[in-house]
Amino acid sequence: MITLTINGLSRQIDLPPDTPLLWALRDTLGLTGTKFGCGISMCGACTVHADGKPIRACVTPISAVAGKQIVTIEAIDQDKTGKKVQQAWLKVNVPQCGYCQPGQIMSATALLKQNPSPSDADIDQAMRGNLCRCGTYPRIRAAIKELAGAQEVKS
Amino acid sequence: MKKQTTYNDLSLNTADDDQTLSIVNVSRRAFLKDLALSGFVLAAGFPSFSKADETQPVVKVNKYGADAMPHGWVDDPLVFVAIDEYNTVTIICHRSEMGQGVRTSLPMVVADELDANWLHVKVEQAPGDEEKYGNQDTDGSRSMRHFFMPMRRVGAAARQMLETAAAAQWQVPVQEVKAEMQRIVHTASGRSLSYGELAAAAAKLPVPARETLRLKTPEQFRYIGKGNLKIYDGQDIVSGRSQYGIDTRFEGMFYAVIARPLVLGGKVKSYDASDALKVPGVVRVVELPSSPLPADYHPLGGVAVIAANTWAAIKGRKALKIEWDNGPHASYDSISYRAELEAAARKPGKVVRNNGDVDAAFQSADKHIVAEYYAPHLAQAPMEPPAATARIDKGHCRVWACTQGPQLAKDRVAKWLKLPADKVTVNVTLLGGGFGRKSMSDYVVEAALLSNAMKGKPVKVTWTREDDLQHSYFHTVSLERLEAGLDAQGKTIAWLHRTVAPSISATFAAGSKHQMPSELGMGVINVPFAIANLRIENPEAESHTRIGWFRSVSNIPHAFAIQSFVAELATASGRDHKDFLLDLIGPPRRIDPRSLNDSWNQGESPQIYPVDTGRLRRVIETVTDKAGWGATLPKGHGLGLAAHYSFVTYVAVVVHAVVDESGILTIPRVDIAVDCGPIVNPERIRSQLEGACIMGLTLAMQGEISFKDGAAIQDNFHTYPLLGIDDSPRDIRVHFLPTEKYDAPLGGIGEPAVPPIAPALCNAIFAATGERIRALPIKDKLRKD
Repeated sequence: MITLTINGLSRQIDLPPDTPLLWALRDTLGLTGTKFGCGISMCGACTVHADGKPIRACVTPISAVAGKQIVTIEAIDQDKTGKKVQQAWLKVNVPQCGYCQPGQIMSATALLKQNPSPSDADIDQAMRGNLCRCGTYPRIRAAIKELAGAQEVKS
Repeated sequence: MKKQTTYNDLSLNTADDDQTLSIVNVSRRAFLKDLALSGFVLAAGFPSFSKADETQPVVKVNKYGADAMPHGWVDDPLVFVAIDEYNTVTIICHRSEMGQGVRTSLPMVVADELDANWLHVKVEQAPGDEEKYGNQDTDGSRSMRHFFMPMRRVGAAARQMLETAAAAQWQVPVQEVKAEMQRIVHTASGRSLSYGELAAAAAKLPVPARETLRLKTPEQFRYIGKGNLKIYDGQDIVSGRSQYGIDTRFEGMFYAVIARPLVLGGKVKSYDASDALKVPGVVRVVELPSSPLPADYHPLGGVAVIAANTWAAIKGRKALKIEWDNGPHASYDSISYRAELEAAARKPGKVVRNNGDVDAAFQSADKHIVAEYYAPHLAQAPMEPPAATARIDKGHCRVWACTQGPQLAKDRVAKWLKLPADKVTVNVTLLGGGFGRKSMSDYVVEAALLSNAMKGKPVKVTWTREDDLQHSYFHTVSLERLEAGLDAQGKTIAWLHRTVAPSISATFAAGSKHQMPSELGMGVINVPFAIANLRIENPEAESHTRIGWFRSVSNIPHAFAIQSFVAELATASGRDHKDFLLDLIGPPRRIDPRSLNDSWNQGESPQIYPVDTGRLRRVIETVTDKAGWGATLPKGHGLGLAAHYSFVTYVAVVVHAVVDESGILTIPRVDIAVDCGPIVNPERIRSQLEGACIMGLTLAMQGEISFKDGAAIQDNFHTYPLLGIDDSPRDIRVHFLPTEKYDAPLGGIGEPAVPPIAPALCNAIFAATGERIRALPIKDKLRKD
């Protein structure tokens, strides 16, 4: 048994410790918003937060995140920045098929929490690991900038 | 009974026997039950399901367009619209959502004619049932093209039924009432009723005859042509709630992955599952029989590991020991195959179009220019790999799948399980991308076979990325050899194109070595150039893997070769590329595609859809104007142009490329001009063109699947990279040609912007550096370090 804290709830997981967090989330806990895309940390579809930092759940064994605060797409609206990112995504109609977007939103939220006004180069650096086969990148950039701009005005 | 095929190509109908594929009508009870399973509750009001069949013939079969597709089209409002007493309008979407926005755009058309309030519209996904809904093969860039008018009629008919019901209740002439944002109003008396209040009475009325429908005029549209709606599934997507094929879950479900033969026609010789069965969570190991060639839509066979979760199944599969019998295709090797294609292209082949006397024209030419272009296999690589879940209860198999072809999947599951088709239900989930891969039913059948092996328990088959890339129905590999003769004035007087590529038809009929009319009709045979002496040949090519449909299909190699070659000819004659291209196209004229020996014409009527060189010229003139063609650029910068007509839509592209001193390529901007006829949802058209641009750049810069010892070498994103945000253009500008009228024929949108991207990029690189790319992908060919 490994105890994980997921979206604020403590969960007992009866899986071998080397099981990637991705499959514990999807198959055991039914949190299917976190997506499988490659299994080797190359596409970012499985991005979740561990203690606020973006990680790839497909290569993270559950034993490595015991005791950490894990947040998935299902609860990102509980975070102020996460909620704004979702709204910006809707405002510019970012998604096409939408499959990679939970991972994109998790990466964008982590970026904006750490750097509220990212430059284009910052966006490239933080988001380059999140692949989108539909090609929504121009709108992902626009949505992040939408938010960066809004936060700049406030500060 | 017509056999189910995708892309409506008659030559595929020879693939196997039709006997077991007749399609049986699904009872309404089954339909209701399955909708209920997905949470659909029919409250009072229509549809009253007893009516649809008696009112009027709803399926019309003719020759072209939607009429020529299996099961044609349906425009019965009772099939597509339900309104409950709480005033919620439910609209059925019968085409698969894979990112093109069809679950927004098609219901939007119904809602507009119905004058529904989009905030009160709910979209439900139809299961596979073409007798009821009309054709559901979501491919060929034709959902809007074929269903714009039927969906307008659906909305208009439902609106007129509501108007009639209101007029009867108020006892006023129907001409005095009108629909207004989901209410029927009687202005004279100030009375109004919501659709919810009228639905029960309206449902009892006959469906108005098609000729009596009053469609809106464009000034009356609320949504069509406006681009003012957010995508229907947006909120679910951004909160992780949307359900894709890979997300299906049931209590007590099993999870499976399959070890499949890596070589076409390969079989399991023997296997040892003892270690796999020791992996915690692994429940069973099942051998699936391999299918005889041709590959068709069949599953590949292999050894399946069934487990309590996906990870256990993946670990179990790694522990399998399998000895394969790889068969005759085990020598497929992309390096030697390219040499075979080149050899074939350098010898005469089957003539598929011949105008004038090409050989004599070459004799008299001042310059004779020859170039060969190579484009490799590609995999569609949708971000959601193929996945399907099946369960069988009391002899009824229910499937949940991310499929572009739910009727095909239903027919094939029925055939493999030896069930009547009305004992199979295929529920369509969201698709995490499709791009042609999910038109195939192989993975859906796998789920059904494994559920059957587990006594009907629900089983989900998940494909890993390795499975997806190594067992695709691959985009073809192609060698295009072009020769042109220029006279002393630089005018093109001779054109010889040899196109050599394994055909999709070989996937369905072993030994097929020539491209089908639908492949040749993708920009090679129907090239609309005003050249007096022109010959197109198609030498033979053997196929050694499963060739299938990839977004825009054979247009990719054809446009790459032709549009690169035109730029090379312009350079050879010392002329501006744009001017040279416009001269080659010649004056505006409407060409009958049959006069180009194109019998296919994208399945559309040659009268309604001629090749219109005026429209092709206009997209070129527009895009060059918008992109600042002719401007002087700094060193290392270049603009590249390409234009292509496909899916009855005209697209021209200008790419701005920058190549620095070490050979690093960046693309700051791409301009795309499109003439697709009437513009229904400009917001989603823009997103499709932005996406097509990035997919086109990805295949040009990175895309390659190559084979060694019969198997695909690339097996994940480290060896089959996709463009990321950092490599993608920051500025993609889409320019629409003005819509004439909404009753003009529509063009496709999902695919036609992909083909011109690669040649426009390579032309831009040439303009920037003087280096000509004739073999894709570009990879690091420009690098100096």
